[in-house]
Amino acid sequence: MADETLFEFLHMEIVSHVYKEQQSSKGTMDNKDRAVCVSVLEGMGFRVGQGLIERLTRDSPSFKDELDIMKFICKDFWTKVFRRQVDNLRTNHQGTYVLQDNKFNLLTQLSNGKQYLDQAPKYLAFSCGVVRGALSNLGLESVVIQKLP
Amino acid sequence: MNTNMAVCIAVIAKENYPLYIRSVPTQNELKFHYTVHTSLDVVEEKISAVGKALGDQRELYLGLLYPTEDYKMFRKLHNSFTDVMCNPFHNPGDTIQSKAFDGIVSGMMVQTA
Repeated sequence: MADETLFEFLHMEIVSHVYKEQQSSKGTMDNKDRAVCVSVLEGMGFRVGQGLIERLTRDSPSFKDELDIMKFICKDFWTKVFRRQVDNLRTNHQGTYVLQDNKFNLLTQLSNGKQYLDQAPKYLAFSCGVVRGALSNLGLESVVIQKLP
Repeated sequence: MNTNMAVCIAVIAKENYPLYIRSVPTQNELKFHYTVHTSLDVVEEKISAVGKALGDQRELYLGLLYPTEDYKMFRKLHNSFTDVMCNPFHNPGDTIQSKAFDGIVSGMMVQTA
């Protein structure tokens, strides 16, 4: 199935394009420009997440509470979108959830070591947006942040 | 031939404003709009009681507001709503302006000459 790789490549190109666009107006990029790029990517992900979740929950019964929603995100949603399940879900039962995915496939193409760690957040912005969009249309307002090992 | 026809169809956003309202043009149109408002209250009641009944597909339909066989109609409407949401040119929160959606809704409403 080549379609997974298709999206991975498209995603890398989207990230690179957004950064090039922001850079072309001036010569260099400062932190504010970088923040704009990240928001653009996150915004794209948000809209995609909204549409996706409408389709995915079309036939499923409504969720009984927040934890139920998070379990759905970790299993069904993550499987449909990232083709695997989340490895670990932790919560403090007060509104914070930590989802851990050890083999996030939009990042596996970057090298395994620490070399490109500072570039990685760019590649996670879109996915954070997708999760935030999905939660938003499920009725939960959220802030989604990424953390790397 | 569908013997069950709607006289008024409304799609309400989760912020409680209408994304789409359409009714058969008659004298009592205002009455239909009031009914839509009162059904919102019924919906809220049902949502607060949702903890009990799980795994029941009809939960989407929140049970029967009136005992009729409208489930097929609701599914068609829900499916076309999902299609509207997936349209990249549609911004969630805007009123629904899709011609395809209009078409499906017309198909479900009582036909006037």
